[in-house]
Amino acid sequence: MAKRIDVSDLNVYYGAFKAVEGVTMTVEPRSVTAFIGPSGCGKSTFLRTLNRMHEVIPGGRVEGKVMLDDQDLYASGVDPVAVRRTVGMVFQRPNPFPTMSIYDNVAAGLKLNGLKGKKKLDDVVEKSLKGANLWNEVKDRLNKPGAGLSGGQQQRLCIARAIAVEPQVLLMDEPCSALDPISTLAIEDLIGELKSKYTIVIVTHNMQQAARVSDRTAFFNLAATGKPGQLVEVDDTQRIFNNPSVKATEDYISGRFG
Amino acid sequence: MATVTGVSVADEVPGPPERSPLSADGAGTRRLGDRLFGGAAQGAGILVIALVTLVGLFLLWQAVPALARNEAGFLTSREWTVSGDHPRFGIVELLWTTVVSSLIAMAIAVPVGVAVALFITQYAPRWLAKPAANLVDLLAAVPSIIYGLWGLRTFGPKYEPVQTFLQDKLGAFPLLSKTSVSGSGTVMFIGIVLAIMVLPIVTALSREVFAQTPVAHKEGALALGATRWEMIRTAVLPFGRPGVISASMLALGRALGETIAVTIIVSTLADQTVWSWSLFNGGETFASRIANNAQEFDSPQKAGAFIAAGLVLFILTFIVNAVARIVIERRKAFSE
Amino acid sequence: MSAADTAARAPSAPSGGQSSSGRPAGGRPAEPPPALGHPARVREARDLLASVVMWAAFALALIPLVWILWTVVSKGYHLLSEGQWWTNSQKGITSRREGGGAVHAIQGTLVQGLTTALISVPIGVMTAIYLVEYGRGRLAKAVSFMVDILTGIPSIVAGLFVYAVWVTTFHFQRVGFAVCLSLVLLMIPVIVRSTEEMLKLVPNELREASYALGVPKWKTIFKIVLPTAFSGIVTGILLGLARVMGETAPLLILGPYSKSIATDLFSGYMATLPTMINQDRTESLQPAVDRVWAAALTLILLVLLLNVAGRLVARFGSVKK
Repeated sequence: MAKRIDVSDLNVYYGAFKAVEGVTMTVEPRSVTAFIGPSGCGKSTFLRTLNRMHEVIPGGRVEGKVMLDDQDLYASGVDPVAVRRTVGMVFQRPNPFPTMSIYDNVAAGLKLNGLKGKKKLDDVVEKSLKGANLWNEVKDRLNKPGAGLSGGQQQRLCIARAIAVEPQVLLMDEPCSALDPISTLAIEDLIGELKSKYTIVIVTHNMQQAARVSDRTAFFNLAATGKPGQLVEVDDTQRIFNNPSVKATEDYISGRFG
Repeated sequence: MATVTGVSVADEVPGPPERSPLSADGAGTRRLGDRLFGGAAQGAGILVIALVTLVGLFLLWQAVPALARNEAGFLTSREWTVSGDHPRFGIVELLWTTVVSSLIAMAIAVPVGVAVALFITQYAPRWLAKPAANLVDLLAAVPSIIYGLWGLRTFGPKYEPVQTFLQDKLGAFPLLSKTSVSGSGTVMFIGIVLAIMVLPIVTALSREVFAQTPVAHKEGALALGATRWEMIRTAVLPFGRPGVISASMLALGRALGETIAVTIIVSTLADQTVWSWSLFNGGETFASRIANNAQEFDSPQKAGAFIAAGLVLFILTFIVNAVARIVIERRKAFSE
Repeated sequence: MSAADTAARAPSAPSGGQSSSGRPAGGRPAEPPPALGHPARVREARDLLASVVMWAAFALALIPLVWILWTVVSKGYHLLSEGQWWTNSQKGITSRREGGGAVHAIQGTLVQGLTTALISVPIGVMTAIYLVEYGRGRLAKAVSFMVDILTGIPSIVAGLFVYAVWVTTFHFQRVGFAVCLSLVLLMIPVIVRSTEEMLKLVPNELREASYALGVPKWKTIFKIVLPTAFSGIVTGILLGLARVMGETAPLLILGPYSKSIATDLFSGYMATLPTMINQDRTESLQPAVDRVWAAALTLILLVLLLNVAGRLVARFGSVKK
């Protein structure tokens, strides 16, 4: 069920301001692709164009093409709501719905989209929580509020919530930046397991994390302050970290800027 | 710039690092549900605009025929004869009573309200701050008819000796001279009661802005050796000034339009009473004149005259509230 | 306040304080630093004076509150302790006679208040949703401005407006429903403002999380945003209800008093607590005076009950973050 993403010549705008320019890249299915780069380079902005979350921000718009297998996400007549069901997202800070129990948080996507039937929901909740490595920790308190979990558990709850609607792609926007090292490790392990089923794209500011979890890495950079961000290069993670083809990549990775 | 607006601190402090709340995100789609729900929300907003517009238009529409038949100067006359073939009515006395009683209320409520707000935010011990705020808010919860009743039957008799004393000692000033009105139904007394009624409005908004004074500026002043009062004068008050101004305008708007408490308390003047500038005179506000005659709206012409008075009151409060709004907006523009 | 203000205008504030206040330097000319000793004591005295003034202002503000509550309770409580106050109306009772109850007025106040809420809540909440979730550009600005104007409309003007529409234009009778319409004008802005505030407190992350699950915007608002803000919205509604139930001015124009129980909003006069008070406020006969204070106490209790309920909902109903 994982799908390939093909982006060609994508420009991203906030109103008149061009935030990201001319991105062309391919994200392979059943793999983890990491986006790295200095802050403000547009990597998160670009990530949000992959499930059309970017246009939620007033003035947000894109030019160019994003193909999910053979479907253009930005073709006219494509419903952004349907796109987001296919391409799930996990955010920087864990954001479980505060009014809902753990169970309802996981089931939220299905319930809000009209799925009924307790048996079916029970199955999905259990499967998703197991998939997010959270089942054993919460199975006895599914009716407690999701906000009562620790930060790392909340983030795994959000991952469970995202995979419960069975997306084909999972976008993660710095999913560990608000977490402690142990929780981070748990999430990273989880990412390793999830890639057998999903296409995963992760934005991270932590280069070691990119090196640990990803198969391919894309380096984004700003040409200059005030200029739009751009994709410098994308390649196998091994190559990016050991033998990048662009000087800027090497400088960034070796810590000379960023 | 900062010295003019008094928000010197606000434009130097960066806002919170997160993205500002995306008011009105662009997540709406052309789905049926989104169109219906979004349309309903927008419809409610438009309904509100329509309501306010209709209030103005209807009052104008009903007032114009009566105004056209009026044989006295509407803005200059003290007369009020609204029935018969030769109606003569004017609002100058209503305007005077309304504005003066509200200004008296402001003169009392603003300083006291600001002091109470400072007390709650800067002086009260932690355990007292919240209950103190709630107690002052309770004043706003008391229905105005109860203020009227209490003012007429309980507070008024106690206030009378004070008024007599002032008249005896300071009656030489035209503003404080003796009038034909005996008892507590005077403009001065309405002003005092109105001050109590609008005090919570002044306090509530003022304490909100005082509480927002950046800690860095308060600590900056204290670190330079300022006493608490000096810190308040140099950091808290300048920061809160626009908030205090708009709070006062809102309170003024409420005082101008207050009806039943004024109606109950004030002594109406008989026709042809000799004019007096004294604050110890009686009189009627726009609202009390309308309320006192509510049972006599039996012809369009009569009703029209009162509606014309109501229209002036509407315009008056409209202006005052618009000014309050502009002050708040300007503050926002500086603090973002 | 003014005394303390004048006192502190005296030139001894520290120069550092001046720059942080952004006051023009010319307002207080530069001066040599105060000598130690005496001036420091002057500053301390001013500080103490300011503290005394603030405490005094607070005490001053409490005097009318305590006085009003004491007056109403002490003069009204004995009638409230009689059972017939809560079961009987004033039908057939004259000012000279004791007895009768306020059930007709209590019922009228509740019926009119709830009807008003029933109309205002959907309009107010939807307007707030428009302002926070949908509104952009000039229309949103206009709506927001009009809500402010509506907040400031004197209640008597709201009553006059409904009179101008209901009675002089359509020639309907003065009935309970007309009162409700004028109260709607007063309740809408309270609900809009409080709901707006609560909706703004809902973190955007929750909206985004919902969108990312493929939930349409309207469902996100309905199932995620509104439930998160629910207790705050309820608080606003209760406070708005308290305000309109204590309102008198529009009732003078639109809702004449009646001594008997009435349930029909569309025909006949309907009593309310404010009009019951207003009816006999000029009476000097003791039975009537007693009833006025008792009705006043009943009204205060009703309004305070709603206020307390609103605060409790706000405190205990809010979602733990």
